[in-house]
Amino acid sequence: MDRIPILRMGRTLLVTVQVDMHDQLAVRLLDDLTTMITKTRARGVLIDISALDMVDSFIGRMIADVAATSRILDAQTVVVGMQPAVAITLVELGMELPGVRTALDVERGMELLDDAGDR
Amino acid sequence: MASSTNRIIQVLQNSQVQLLADWIKALRAATGSHSAALISDPELQAQCQELIALLPAAMQSGGFDDVTGEPWRPVREFLAGVSRSRGRQGFSPSETAMFVLSFKEPLFINLRRSFEGHDDAKLFADLWDGLRLLDKLGLYTTEIHQQAREELIRRQGEEMLELSTPVIQLWDGILAMPLIGTLDSARTQVVMEALLQQIVATRSPIAILDITGVPTVDTLTAQHLLKTVAATRLMGAECIISGIRPQIAQTIVHLGVSLGDIVTKASLADAFKLALGKLGHSIAVG
Repeated sequence: MDRIPILRMGRTLLVTVQVDMHDQLAVRLLDDLTTMITKTRARGVLIDISALDMVDSFIGRMIADVAATSRILDAQTVVVGMQPAVAITLVELGMELPGVRTALDVERGMELLDDAGDR
Repeated sequence: MASSTNRIIQVLQNSQVQLLADWIKALRAATGSHSAALISDPELQAQCQELIALLPAAMQSGGFDDVTGEPWRPVREFLAGVSRSRGRQGFSPSETAMFVLSFKEPLFINLRRSFEGHDDAKLFADLWDGLRLLDKLGLYTTEIHQQAREELIRRQGEEMLELSTPVIQLWDGILAMPLIGTLDSARTQVVMEALLQQIVATRSPIAILDITGVPTVDTLTAQHLLKTVAATRLMGAECIISGIRPQIAQTIVHLGVSLGDIVTKASLADAFKLALGKLGHSIAVG
Protein backbone atom coordinates (compact mmCIF):
# COMPACT_ATOMS: atom_id res chain seq x y z
CA MET A 1 0.00 0.00 0.00
CA ASP A 2 1.28 3.44 -0.83
CA ARG A 3 2.03 5.92 1.86
CA ILE A 4 2.71 9.61 2.13
CA PRO A 5 6.45 10.30 2.54
CA ILE A 6 7.66 12.23 5.57
CA LEU A 7 10.84 14.23 4.99
CA ARG A 8 13.11 15.41 7.74
CA MET A 9 14.73 18.83 7.57
CA GLY A 10 16.73 19.49 10.72
CA ARG A 11 14.24 19.35 13.53
CA THR A 12 11.27 19.84 11.25
CA LEU A 13 9.24 17.16 9.53
CA LEU A 14 7.90 17.93 6.10
CA VAL A 15 4.77 16.20 4.82
CA THR A 16 3.64 16.93 1.29
CA VAL A 17 0.31 15.48 0.28
CA GLN A 18 0.58 14.88 -3.46
CA VAL A 19 -2.16 12.33 -3.99
CA ASP A 20 -5.84 12.17 -3.21
CA MET A 21 -6.13 11.51 0.49
CA HIS A 22 -8.26 8.53 1.15
CA ASP A 23 -9.19 7.47 4.63
CA GLN A 24 -6.71 4.61 4.94
CA LEU A 25 -3.89 6.84 3.79
CA ALA A 26 -4.78 9.49 6.34
CA VAL A 27 -4.84 7.02 9.22
CA ARG A 28 -1.51 5.66 8.12
CA LEU A 29 -0.05 9.16 7.92
CA LEU A 30 -1.10 9.88 11.49
CA ASP A 31 0.60 6.65 12.61
CA ASP A 32 3.82 7.31 10.68
CA LEU A 33 4.00 10.91 11.76
CA THR A 34 3.66 10.28 15.48
CA THR A 35 6.31 7.56 15.25
CA MET A 36 8.63 9.89 13.35
CA ILE A 37 8.15 12.74 15.81
CA THR A 38 9.18 10.62 18.76
CA LYS A 39 12.02 8.99 16.84
CA THR A 40 13.55 12.19 15.49
CA ARG A 41 12.56 14.42 18.40
CA ALA A 42 11.17 16.89 15.87
CA ARG A 43 10.02 20.29 17.07
CA GLY A 44 7.90 21.20 14.10
CA VAL A 45 5.65 19.55 11.54
CA LEU A 46 4.79 21.23 8.27
CA ILE A 47 1.95 19.75 6.24
CA ASP A 48 1.65 21.03 2.68
CA ILE A 49 -1.80 20.34 1.28
CA SER A 50 -1.62 22.66 -1.73
CA ALA A 51 -2.16 19.70 -4.07
CA LEU A 52 -5.24 18.57 -2.18
CA ASP A 53 -8.34 19.82 -3.94
CA MET A 54 -11.02 17.85 -2.17
CA VAL A 55 -11.70 17.04 1.46
CA ASP A 56 -14.44 15.41 3.46
CA SER A 57 -15.17 15.61 7.14
CA PHE A 58 -12.97 12.60 7.87
CA ILE A 59 -9.88 14.11 6.25
CA GLY A 60 -10.67 17.37 8.01
CA ARG A 61 -10.72 15.58 11.32
CA MET A 62 -7.48 13.79 10.53
CA ILE A 63 -5.78 17.13 9.91
CA ALA A 64 -7.03 18.38 13.26
CA ASP A 65 -5.94 15.13 14.92
CA VAL A 66 -2.45 15.32 13.44
CA ALA A 67 -2.10 18.84 14.82
CA ALA A 68 -3.39 17.90 18.26
CA THR A 69 -1.23 14.77 18.51
CA SER A 70 1.88 16.63 17.44
CA ARG A 71 1.22 19.28 20.03
CA ILE A 72 1.08 16.68 22.76
CA LEU A 73 4.43 15.36 21.52
CA ASP A 74 5.78 18.92 21.76
CA ALA A 75 5.93 19.66 18.05
CA GLN A 76 4.25 22.65 16.42
CA THR A 77 2.09 21.90 13.40
CA VAL A 78 1.57 24.29 10.52
CA VAL A 79 -0.81 23.48 7.68
CA VAL A 80 0.15 25.36 4.51
CA GLY A 81 -1.27 26.02 1.07
CA MET A 82 -4.89 25.11 1.64
CA GLN A 83 -6.91 25.68 -1.53
CA PRO A 84 -9.88 28.08 -1.40
CA ALA A 85 -12.34 25.31 -2.24
CA VAL A 86 -10.97 23.15 0.56
CA ALA A 87 -11.15 26.02 3.04
CA ILE A 88 -14.75 26.76 2.06
CA THR A 89 -15.68 23.09 2.37
CA LEU A 90 -14.17 22.76 5.82
CA VAL A 91 -15.90 25.91 7.03
CA GLU A 92 -19.21 24.73 5.62
CA LEU A 93 -18.70 21.43 7.42
CA GLY A 94 -18.24 23.41 10.61
CA MET A 95 -14.60 22.35 10.97
CA GLU A 96 -12.69 25.53 11.53
CA LEU A 97 -9.67 23.62 12.88
CA PRO A 98 -9.12 25.67 16.01
CA GLY A 99 -5.59 25.33 17.31
CA VAL A 100 -4.16 24.46 13.90
CA ARG A 101 -1.73 27.06 12.67
CA THR A 102 -1.88 27.92 8.99
CA ALA A 103 0.28 29.69 6.44
CA LEU A 104 -0.05 30.60 2.79
CA ASP A 105 2.97 28.66 1.50
CA VAL A 106 5.85 26.48 2.63
CA GLU A 107 8.20 29.43 2.97
CA ARG A 108 5.91 31.30 5.35
CA GLY A 109 5.15 28.09 7.18
CA MET A 110 8.85 27.50 7.83
CA GLU A 111 9.20 31.08 9.10
CA LEU A 112 6.35 30.44 11.48
CA LEU A 113 7.98 27.25 12.77
CA ASP A 114 11.36 28.98 13.15
CA ASP A 115 9.74 31.76 15.17
CA ALA A 116 8.06 29.21 17.40
CA GLY A 117 11.29 27.23 17.79
CA ASP A 118 13.23 30.31 18.90
CA ARG A 119 10.98 30.89 21.84
CA MET B 1 -54.60 26.09 -51.76
CA ALA B 2 -51.75 26.41 -54.24
CA SER B 3 -53.38 29.19 -56.21
CA SER B 4 -54.33 30.95 -52.99
CA THR B 5 -50.75 31.26 -51.91
CA ASN B 6 -49.81 32.39 -55.33
CA ARG B 7 -52.03 35.43 -55.24
CA ILE B 8 -50.52 37.04 -52.16
CA ILE B 9 -47.09 36.20 -53.43
CA GLN B 10 -48.01 37.77 -56.74
CA VAL B 11 -49.07 40.97 -55.02
CA LEU B 12 -45.89 40.99 -52.98
CA GLN B 13 -43.77 40.60 -56.07
CA ASN B 14 -45.67 42.87 -58.43
CA SER B 15 -46.49 45.92 -56.36
CA GLN B 16 -43.48 46.26 -54.11
CA VAL B 17 -43.17 50.02 -54.44
CA GLN B 18 -46.85 50.67 -53.77
CA LEU B 19 -46.82 48.27 -50.80
CA LEU B 20 -43.77 49.90 -49.33
CA ALA B 21 -45.22 53.39 -49.52
CA ASP B 22 -48.56 52.29 -48.04
CA TRP B 23 -46.88 50.31 -45.31
CA ILE B 24 -44.64 53.13 -44.16
CA LYS B 25 -47.65 55.43 -44.06
CA ALA B 26 -49.63 52.88 -42.02
CA LEU B 27 -46.69 52.23 -39.73
CA ARG B 28 -46.14 55.90 -38.99
CA ALA B 29 -49.86 56.38 -38.36
CA ALA B 30 -50.06 53.40 -36.04
CA THR B 31 -47.10 54.21 -33.85
CA GLY B 32 -47.42 57.99 -33.86
CA SER B 33 -44.75 60.64 -33.48
CA HIS B 34 -42.99 58.68 -30.77
CA SER B 35 -41.53 56.26 -33.28
CA ALA B 36 -40.36 59.02 -35.62
CA ALA B 37 -37.97 60.19 -32.95
CA LEU B 38 -36.60 56.71 -32.36
CA ILE B 39 -36.06 55.44 -35.88
CA SER B 40 -35.16 57.30 -39.06
CA ASP B 41 -37.11 57.06 -42.31
CA PRO B 42 -34.34 55.43 -44.38
CA GLU B 43 -33.77 52.79 -41.72
CA LEU B 44 -37.46 51.99 -41.45
CA GLN B 45 -37.77 51.88 -45.21
CA ALA B 46 -34.83 49.51 -45.50
CA GLN B 47 -36.36 47.17 -42.92
CA CYS B 48 -39.76 47.15 -44.63
CA GLN B 49 -38.20 46.60 -48.01
CA GLU B 50 -36.19 43.65 -46.78
CA LEU B 51 -39.22 41.96 -45.25
CA ILE B 52 -41.25 42.44 -48.44
CA ALA B 53 -38.37 40.89 -50.36
CA LEU B 54 -38.01 37.96 -47.96
CA LEU B 55 -41.70 37.04 -47.67
CA PRO B 56 -42.51 35.64 -51.16
CA ALA B 57 -39.74 33.03 -51.12
CA ALA B 58 -40.70 31.83 -47.65
CA MET B 59 -44.39 31.70 -48.60
CA GLN B 60 -43.68 29.78 -51.74
CA SER B 61 -41.56 27.05 -50.18
CA GLY B 62 -42.84 27.08 -46.60
CA GLY B 63 -46.55 27.65 -47.01
CA PHE B 64 -48.72 29.85 -44.79
CA ASP B 65 -49.40 27.59 -41.86
CA ASP B 66 -46.11 26.77 -40.28
CA VAL B 67 -43.74 29.66 -39.68
CA THR B 68 -41.44 27.56 -37.51
CA GLY B 69 -40.13 25.50 -40.43
CA GLU B 70 -36.83 25.77 -42.23
CA PRO B 71 -38.11 27.81 -45.25
CA TRP B 72 -39.19 30.57 -42.87
CA ARG B 73 -35.82 30.76 -41.15
CA PRO B 74 -34.51 33.84 -43.06
CA VAL B 75 -37.74 35.69 -42.19
CA ARG B 76 -37.54 34.67 -38.55
CA GLU B 77 -33.91 35.71 -38.31
CA PHE B 78 -34.65 39.04 -39.91
CA LEU B 79 -37.60 39.67 -37.58
CA ALA B 80 -35.53 38.64 -34.56
CA GLY B 81 -32.88 41.16 -35.56
CA VAL B 82 -35.47 43.89 -36.02
CA SER B 83 -37.13 43.01 -32.75
CA ARG B 84 -33.86 43.13 -30.80
CA SER B 85 -32.86 46.45 -32.29
CA ARG B 86 -36.35 47.82 -31.51
CA GLY B 87 -35.92 46.70 -27.93
CA ARG B 88 -32.63 48.54 -27.70
CA GLN B 89 -34.07 51.65 -29.33
CA GLY B 90 -36.72 51.80 -26.62
CA PHE B 91 -39.82 50.60 -28.47
CA SER B 92 -42.55 48.95 -26.44
CA PRO B 93 -43.54 45.35 -27.21
CA SER B 94 -46.78 46.44 -28.89
CA GLU B 95 -44.96 48.98 -31.03
CA THR B 96 -42.57 46.24 -32.06
CA ALA B 97 -45.40 43.89 -33.01
CA MET B 98 -47.04 46.76 -34.87
CA PHE B 99 -44.16 46.66 -37.35
CA VAL B 100 -45.54 43.40 -38.71
CA LEU B 101 -49.22 43.89 -37.94
CA SER B 102 -49.42 47.23 -39.75
CA PHE B 103 -48.49 45.42 -42.94
CA LYS B 104 -51.98 43.88 -43.04
CA GLU B 105 -53.72 46.98 -44.31
CA PRO B 106 -51.47 47.78 -47.28
CA LEU B 107 -51.24 44.14 -48.24
CA PHE B 108 -54.99 43.61 -48.29
CA ILE B 109 -55.76 46.89 -50.01
CA ASN B 110 -53.33 45.92 -52.73
CA LEU B 111 -54.68 42.40 -52.88
CA ARG B 112 -58.22 43.70 -53.35
CA ARG B 113 -57.14 46.24 -55.89
CA SER B 114 -55.51 43.55 -58.02
CA PHE B 115 -58.11 40.84 -57.76
CA GLU B 116 -61.47 42.54 -57.03
CA GLY B 117 -64.23 40.73 -58.86
CA HIS B 118 -62.22 37.61 -59.58
CA ASP B 119 -63.82 34.99 -57.33
CA ASP B 120 -64.55 36.80 -54.06
CA ALA B 121 -64.64 33.60 -51.98
CA LYS B 122 -61.09 32.95 -53.03
CA LEU B 123 -60.13 36.51 -52.12
CA PHE B 124 -61.57 35.98 -48.65
CA ALA B 125 -59.63 32.74 -48.22
CA ASP B 126 -56.45 34.49 -49.28
CA LEU B 127 -57.11 37.30 -46.84
CA TRP B 128 -57.66 34.84 -44.04
CA ASP B 129 -54.39 33.01 -44.75
CA GLY B 130 -52.52 36.28 -44.84
CA LEU B 131 -54.13 37.45 -41.59
CA ARG B 132 -53.17 34.33 -39.71
CA LEU B 133 -49.64 34.48 -41.05
CA LEU B 134 -49.07 38.10 -40.10
CA ASP B 135 -50.53 37.48 -36.65
CA LYS B 136 -48.07 34.65 -36.11
CA LEU B 137 -45.17 36.76 -37.25
CA GLY B 138 -46.34 39.62 -35.04
CA LEU B 139 -46.49 37.35 -32.02
CA TYR B 140 -43.06 36.06 -32.88
CA THR B 141 -41.58 39.55 -32.78
CA THR B 142 -43.19 40.18 -29.40
CA GLU B 143 -41.71 36.98 -28.08
CA ILE B 144 -38.23 37.89 -29.27
CA HIS B 145 -38.64 41.37 -27.84
CA GLN B 146 -39.50 39.84 -24.49
CA GLN B 147 -36.58 37.43 -24.68
CA ALA B 148 -34.15 40.23 -25.45
CA ARG B 149 -35.44 42.13 -22.42
CA GLU B 150 -35.08 39.13 -20.14
CA GLU B 151 -31.58 38.53 -21.42
CA LEU B 152 -30.72 42.13 -20.63
CA ILE B 153 -32.06 41.83 -17.08
CA ARG B 154 -30.16 38.61 -16.49
CA ARG B 155 -26.94 40.08 -17.82
CA GLN B 156 -27.33 43.17 -15.69
CA GLY B 157 -27.88 40.98 -12.64
CA GLU B 158 -24.67 39.11 -13.34
CA GLU B 159 -22.78 42.31 -13.98
CA MET B 160 -24.00 43.73 -10.70
CA LEU B 161 -22.78 40.65 -8.89
CA GLU B 162 -19.36 41.03 -10.47
CA LEU B 163 -19.20 44.76 -10.00
CA SER B 164 -19.97 44.45 -6.36
CA THR B 165 -17.04 42.19 -5.54
CA PRO B 166 -13.79 43.89 -6.44
CA VAL B 167 -10.66 42.78 -4.63
CA ILE B 168 -8.12 45.56 -4.32
CA GLN B 169 -4.47 45.20 -3.51
CA LEU B 170 -3.74 48.05 -1.11
CA TRP B 171 -0.12 47.16 -0.54
CA ASP B 172 2.22 44.32 -1.19
CA GLY B 173 0.64 41.62 0.91
CA ILE B 174 -2.52 43.50 1.87
CA LEU B 175 -5.82 42.94 0.07
CA ALA B 176 -9.02 44.87 0.65
CA MET B 177 -12.55 44.01 -0.37
CA PRO B 178 -15.11 46.76 0.03
CA LEU B 179 -18.57 45.22 0.21
CA ILE B 180 -21.53 47.26 -1.00
CA GLY B 181 -25.16 46.22 -0.74
CA THR B 182 -27.02 43.49 1.04
CA LEU B 183 -25.16 40.25 1.61
CA ASP B 184 -27.21 37.17 0.83
CA SER B 185 -26.00 33.60 0.58
CA ALA B 186 -25.35 33.67 -3.16
CA ARG B 187 -23.37 36.89 -2.97
CA THR B 188 -21.39 35.81 0.04
CA GLN B 189 -20.34 32.73 -1.85
CA VAL B 190 -19.06 34.89 -4.71
CA VAL B 191 -17.39 37.27 -2.27
CA MET B 192 -15.73 34.47 -0.37
CA GLU B 193 -14.46 32.73 -3.48
CA ALA B 194 -13.16 35.94 -5.05
CA LEU B 195 -11.32 36.90 -1.88
CA LEU B 196 -9.77 33.48 -1.34
CA GLN B 197 -8.72 33.20 -4.97
CA GLN B 198 -7.01 36.55 -4.79
CA ILE B 199 -5.25 35.60 -1.56
CA VAL B 200 -3.78 32.60 -3.36
CA ALA B 201 -2.96 34.57 -6.50
CA THR B 202 -1.23 37.46 -4.74
CA ARG B 203 0.12 35.51 -1.76
CA SER B 204 -1.21 38.15 0.57
CA PRO B 205 -1.16 37.27 4.25
CA ILE B 206 -3.67 39.97 5.22
CA ALA B 207 -7.15 40.68 3.86
CA ILE B 208 -9.40 43.51 4.93
CA LEU B 209 -13.16 43.06 4.56
CA ASP B 210 -14.75 46.50 4.57
CA ILE B 211 -18.48 46.50 5.24
CA THR B 212 -19.09 50.25 5.22
CA GLY B 213 -21.48 49.80 2.30
CA VAL B 214 -23.51 46.99 3.84
CA PRO B 215 -26.79 48.57 4.96
CA THR B 216 -27.94 45.97 7.46
CA VAL B 217 -26.46 42.99 9.19
CA ASP B 218 -28.65 40.15 10.38
CA THR B 219 -27.66 36.85 11.92
CA LEU B 220 -27.28 35.28 8.50
CA THR B 221 -24.98 38.01 7.21
CA ALA B 222 -22.91 37.83 10.38
CA GLN B 223 -22.70 34.09 9.95
CA HIS B 224 -21.46 34.54 6.39
CA LEU B 225 -18.83 37.02 7.52
CA LEU B 226 -17.65 34.62 10.19
CA LYS B 227 -17.36 31.85 7.62
CA THR B 228 -15.31 34.03 5.30
CA VAL B 229 -12.97 34.95 8.11
CA ALA B 230 -12.62 31.30 9.16
CA ALA B 231 -11.88 30.19 5.60
CA THR B 232 -9.26 32.92 5.24
CA ARG B 233 -7.59 31.76 8.41
CA LEU B 234 -7.58 28.16 7.23
CA MET B 235 -5.71 29.22 4.15
CA GLY B 236 -3.07 30.84 6.26
CA ALA B 237 -4.04 34.46 5.88
CA GLU B 238 -5.55 36.87 8.34
CA CYS B 239 -8.83 38.72 7.91
CA ILE B 240 -9.68 42.09 9.42
CA ILE B 241 -13.23 43.40 9.31
CA SER B 242 -13.57 47.15 9.05
CA GLY B 243 -16.25 49.77 8.58
CA ILE B 244 -18.75 48.48 11.11
CA ARG B 245 -21.20 51.32 11.63
CA PRO B 246 -22.54 52.13 15.12
CA GLN B 247 -26.02 50.76 14.39
CA ILE B 248 -24.58 47.57 12.98
CA ALA B 249 -22.34 47.11 16.00
CA GLN B 250 -25.42 47.48 18.18
CA THR B 251 -27.36 45.00 16.07
CA ILE B 252 -24.58 42.45 16.26
CA VAL B 253 -24.49 42.72 20.04
CA HIS B 254 -28.29 42.59 20.31
CA LEU B 255 -28.43 39.52 18.08
CA GLY B 256 -26.00 37.84 20.39
CA VAL B 257 -23.63 37.03 17.54
CA SER B 258 -20.17 36.47 18.87
CA LEU B 259 -17.47 37.66 16.50
CA GLY B 260 -15.03 35.62 18.55
CA ASP B 261 -11.44 36.64 18.18
CA ILE B 262 -11.96 38.34 14.83
CA VAL B 263 -10.11 41.62 14.56
CA THR B 264 -12.50 44.48 13.86
CA LYS B 265 -11.70 48.11 13.15
CA ALA B 266 -13.98 51.11 12.83
CA SER B 267 -12.57 52.36 9.54
CA LEU B 268 -10.67 51.04 6.58
CA ALA B 269 -7.83 53.45 7.43
CA ASP B 270 -7.43 51.92 10.89
CA ALA B 271 -7.49 48.42 9.45
CA PHE B 272 -4.89 49.37 6.85
CA LYS B 273 -2.65 50.83 9.54
CA LEU B 274 -2.97 47.68 11.60
CA ALA B 275 -2.20 45.53 8.56
CA LEU B 276 0.93 47.56 7.75
CA GLY B 277 2.03 47.18 11.35
CA LYS B 278 1.60 43.43 11.18
CA LEU B 279 3.81 43.30 8.10
CA GLY B 280 6.44 45.35 9.89
CA HIS B 281 5.81 48.61 8.03
CA SER B 282 5.09 51.92 9.67
CA ILE B 283 3.83 55.23 8.36
CA ALA B 284 6.16 58.18 8.62
CA VAL B 285 4.78 61.70 8.27
CA GLY B 286 6.81 64.38 6.56
